[in-house]
Amino acid sequence: MMAAPLLSIDKLHVQFRTYAGVVHAVNGMSFDVRKGEIFGLVGESGCGKSVTGLAILRMVPHPGQISAGSILFHGEDLLLKSKSEMQAIRGGRIAMIFQDPSASLNPVFTIGNQITRVIRQHLPVSRDEAKERALSMFAAVGLPDPENIFHTYPHELSGGLQQRAMIALALSTGAELLVADEPTTALDVTIQAQILVLLAELRDKQGVSILLITHNLGVVAETCDRVGVAYAGSIVEMGDTEDVLYHMKHPYTHGLLAALPHPSRRGQLLQAIEGNVPNGLALPSGCPFHPRCEHVMDVCREKKPELVCLGAEHLVACHLYDEQRS
Amino acid sequence: MSETTLLEIRGLTKYFPFRPTFFSFRSKKYVRALDGVDLSIQRQETLGVVGESGCGKTTLGRTILQLIRPTSGHIIFEGVDITALSRRELRNYRRHMQMVFQNPYSSFDPRATVLQSLAEPLRTHTKLRDEALIRRAQELLEQTGMPGDILFRYPHEFSGGQLQRIAVARALALNPKFIVLDEPTSALDVSVQAQIINLLQVLQRDLKLTYLFITHDLSVVQHISDRIAVMYLGKVVELSQTDTIFTGGVQHPYTRALLSSAPILDPELRRERIILPGNVPDSANPPTGCRFHPRCPLAQEICTQIEPDLMTTGDGHWVACHLVASNHKEDN
Repeated sequence: MMAAPLLSIDKLHVQFRTYAGVVHAVNGMSFDVRKGEIFGLVGESGCGKSVTGLAILRMVPHPGQISAGSILFHGEDLLLKSKSEMQAIRGGRIAMIFQDPSASLNPVFTIGNQITRVIRQHLPVSRDEAKERALSMFAAVGLPDPENIFHTYPHELSGGLQQRAMIALALSTGAELLVADEPTTALDVTIQAQILVLLAELRDKQGVSILLITHNLGVVAETCDRVGVAYAGSIVEMGDTEDVLYHMKHPYTHGLLAALPHPSRRGQLLQAIEGNVPNGLALPSGCPFHPRCEHVMDVCREKKPELVCLGAEHLVACHLYDEQRS
Repeated sequence: MSETTLLEIRGLTKYFPFRPTFFSFRSKKYVRALDGVDLSIQRQETLGVVGESGCGKTTLGRTILQLIRPTSGHIIFEGVDITALSRRELRNYRRHMQMVFQNPYSSFDPRATVLQSLAEPLRTHTKLRDEALIRRAQELLEQTGMPGDILFRYPHEFSGGQLQRIAVARALALNPKFIVLDEPTSALDVSVQAQIINLLQVLQRDLKLTYLFITHDLSVVQHISDRIAVMYLGKVVELSQTDTIFTGGVQHPYTRALLSSAPILDPELRRERIILPGNVPDSANPPTGCRFHPRCPLAQEICTQIEPDLMTTGDGHWVACHLVASNHKEDN
């Protein structure tokens, strides 16, 4: 058996009460992040991947509410923590970085000011010790000339350097888990490659576990150990990256991969998945993918499939595999 | 200009003036968004333009359509230099050249119905009115795979993919010959992106359209383009047939690095990754000599001093690099 997971999310539900009705953003999301791994959470817009990331830190914005489920971190339920306990965990033991680094950094303070404030908030160190720690973090994330970076304002740095500074800031307090929500989406491909290499290095050298939320299957293929594919607020397929991407079982995963352009299909039409991603206001009955699924059966319209184990690590939520339930 | 050439771009430059600081009233500086671009676009081809942010690819598309007037250079559309036309004369040419933008949510007036958006180009350029106008609008929607009964609905009622279909319908309203597609699928999800790409390809075949396809997504550009132009800091650094670029015929070190940094799903297609140091330089102060030399793994003395010209290495392949040029001379 594998080591106990660092983070374990079980049947998480998040709802937003709006004037138009209740939006079910996350619907029974379940997955684990193990120590020292990069777990990829992939899906299209509106599948609940970002809201799940925010829920881990209890930062779901108003009018969102975590309505059911549990989020265990080191075996303790984060949903039962008090506000002040949560404040110590947030930024201390679990850190988060977002898509747009320029929106995450405060434009009126220097990078050094912001990072030392975070360090001193969470650790009992003097100002000088905090600065020392900050400079060593800058070096660890590959920022050139740390002393100089310490005194710059965010706008003086390019997007790639800002994202590096954000990662330094996030990990400066020795966080064990980094939730990275689309950390490279706003960056150019050559810079994206630099940041992905950095994340893998941090995992190898500092043993940080990373939950990488992304929509880019290429990024997943090249950086993640395991991956979960989300659709309409829950996981439809999960397992080792290789199993999920190259031996996929769920019709949605299959459709998603087939829709990508591939050199061998040049000149042909792409295999689009018909229809649109469902919106959380009016989810389809039964399996949320059934209106777009090629293999739809009667049972799919009535009953939502559970995650079923196929092989040691490969889980699928689809009625096609009901018989193989072990 | 040969019969098969639809559009020719010669020495196109666009400098945007800016004040380096709020108080520097006199000393104007310029962002060189386009700095001497030469391209020709053949009838019914798709020319893909790739590059990182700030390389001038969007400015190129907009300047070709004269949405931005160039600083210098010529754009010759079917034998007529459209940079020399007055605004009034230009209006007649606009119907032949249309554009589809990246963000479908911001390319429609939120207070206009679908019919109003589709009718505007038709009213301006044709004599269609009333029922004939509505019939034409319905025809356009059906051509792009939308039902014809949505004419009186508003943009917020549609998803991104549906809006992008309506944007394509609007671009087709005047039977254009040439369409600039500026990242038309970047704001869409993968499953919907495939639908739009298919639509564009079918329309191109049926209506004999010519596309300039601007994107930063290399797998998309590989799928849809006949030829690809790679841009870096306002210049075209490599221009070639798509097949040549993706089957190991790449010659410019920047193109090679760009291709290697895109994350690739299929393990068999992965290349050894070349991680470029540093960032794209500021286009107000481009480096001397070859603009790529500060990041180039192969830079030599000459690269820091002399800017390489775009030179052909045969077979319609053009490269702007000193190393490639000298290798090519040795070969001959």
